[in-house]
Amino acid sequence: MYLLTYDHSVEGFFSAVFEAYERKLKNVVIRKQGLPMVLFTDGMRRVSTNPRKAERVYVKLKALMGELGIQKIIYSLLTEEELCEGYIFDVIKYALANPKVNVMKDMSHPSVLKLAQYTKSVHREKHRMEAFVRFKLTCDDIYYADIEPDFNVLPIIAKHFKSRYQDQKWLIFDQKRSYGIYYDLYKLEIIQMKFNRQYNREEGLEMLKKDEPLYQSLWRTYYAQTNIRLRKNMRLHLLHVPKRYWKYLTEKIPEY
Amino acid sequence: MNFERITEKLSILADAAKYDVSCASSGSKRNNKDKGLGNATGMGICHSYTEDGRCVSLLKILLTNVCIFDCAYCVTRKSNDIKRAAFTVQEVVDLTINFYRRNYIEGLFLSSGIFKSADTTMERLVQVAKKLRLEENFNGYIHLKSIPGASDELMHEAGLYADRLSVNLELPTEEGLKLLAPDKNRQDMIDPMNFVKNEILVYNDEKKRFKKTPKFAPGGQSTQMIIGATPETDLQIIHTANHFYKDFNLKRVYYSGYVPVANDSRLPSLQSQVPMLRENRLYQADWLMRFYGFKADEILDPKQPFLELDVDPKLGWALRNLHFFPINIQNADIEMILRIPGVGIKSAWKIIGGRKFSKLNADHLKKMGVALNRAKHFISFSNSLQNLQTLHHQNLKEIILKTINSKYEEHYQPQLALF
Repeated sequence: MYLLTYDHSVEGFFSAVFEAYERKLKNVVIRKQGLPMVLFTDGMRRVSTNPRKAERVYVKLKALMGELGIQKIIYSLLTEEELCEGYIFDVIKYALANPKVNVMKDMSHPSVLKLAQYTKSVHREKHRMEAFVRFKLTCDDIYYADIEPDFNVLPIIAKHFKSRYQDQKWLIFDQKRSYGIYYDLYKLEIIQMKFNRQYNREEGLEMLKKDEPLYQSLWRTYYAQTNIRLRKNMRLHLLHVPKRYWKYLTEKIPEY
Repeated sequence: MNFERITEKLSILADAAKYDVSCASSGSKRNNKDKGLGNATGMGICHSYTEDGRCVSLLKILLTNVCIFDCAYCVTRKSNDIKRAAFTVQEVVDLTINFYRRNYIEGLFLSSGIFKSADTTMERLVQVAKKLRLEENFNGYIHLKSIPGASDELMHEAGLYADRLSVNLELPTEEGLKLLAPDKNRQDMIDPMNFVKNEILVYNDEKKRFKKTPKFAPGGQSTQMIIGATPETDLQIIHTANHFYKDFNLKRVYYSGYVPVANDSRLPSLQSQVPMLRENRLYQADWLMRFYGFKADEILDPKQPFLELDVDPKLGWALRNLHFFPINIQNADIEMILRIPGVGIKSAWKIIGGRKFSKLNADHLKKMGVALNRAKHFISFSNSLQNLQTLHHQNLKEIILKTINSKYEEHYQPQLALF
């Protein structure tokens, strides 16, 4: 087998697909750079990301499987799963071999189905993040939120927040992947920040607007009062709001 | 702003509003215009969930819990000795905007006790919506309660600013309403509903000709019925729901299992259980009517006026109608595939897509998300009939039940025992 590695970006992956066909390589395996080495390869190549090649693959795939098909491929890459490229490449080969049909509809094909499952998970995480982001108003008038999503969904949730919150500056920061997206009332910007120490809530307080803790407190009051105790159903509750998300949910954090 | 006072009001008026079950923030498409605040995406987002497992998507509050009516099933009834409070219009606007900016909510669901008169109350609700839309350029979701008896003029204004309007029928039948809510009458509820229905039709028609036609209640109307406070059968409830879906184009009918709030000889006792399983079965039946192509009288008939508690209504229908089965997964119409117990809408479409490529087997279906423990008895695969030994077994129901673990098992005693 021949190993192609790429730089974790969508463009990088498409560049690798391009090279696999360009060089007519047999038994290609595409993997992210920096993963542990695989033994017994017939050869290996570090693919450099090439926007022009990536674009050609994108256009071809879009013609074969439509906007929704391409979206499934991109969502699958966002899982960051170690083996996701294998399934994706498998589907791409299947699509190129059957140009007359949209193979994305063939749920009896194991890799097509796998992509549908990846897409479902990523879509669910996207939807969750659109719901669970909790902004805090800082003293420099930026609505700030931390997230730690299971998958790398920040690039696909930014659009939602941009169209919703157009008249306020906001910043959503992925603590797990150490980057954020900032909206300055005009455009989106990717930003990198380093937090030197552990997140400290009390120290963070002085960064907030004076009214901020009060609105958080009102929200907690509302959240507690809207519950019907006679209908308590923790199993269902945890299904909807798994514990790993509580860390940044205002209503789940005790008062200051 | 006096936060202590606001906290107290919020506490009282959120507590009083929570028995309204509608939480939908979907079905309305409203764009963020002129760099304002918010939009309604059509999908709806549940921002949180309470410990009872219900979604929190809107700031759901009463404007006031002062009420001149004395409906037995309601916490804010006149005769109930509770603390009363009222928000000002500006207070509701501030709360909504500040919660929305922090991404806590999709918008506002504003209801109210009826103070002075229907029109005074409705007018105040409309003021809140109007202020949010015109002064704050707020484009998030607004659900207003239509107050029974409110005038057409006010309902018209409400429709211009709100995404959804709803009147609660409160009880599934007129007799029930007379018994428990002597101050209310059904016609007062139906009039505003009918007015809004016709206005929506007019606006939709105009929209086709003039692009600039303003939106009128784009999220449509919904209603709610209390289940288990009065002795109606499920058949009556389902037929009432069907009537309102058909004749009033309602988007949703909600069923709210009665939560005991009063010691009143007309009502189930304070110790009675909330009929959650029955409520669940009614929602399943409702889904069958709205998405699965079932007719109201297929789900229940006069000989069997209650939904079975131990099996879901679709499985119940299949067990009563074995002559439609087995269904050939390879060539049956979507309508019939949707009727197979254990096959949902998404898996039905996956089946339709996948079978063009290969002959589907049990393994395919399982991976597509079909609940095979129920489905397998009702399906014929092109390559195997082995699974069908059980279809005409006289104990088919028991065989299936053995494979279902329900969290409701302890509720299986018929709930009529409550009365």
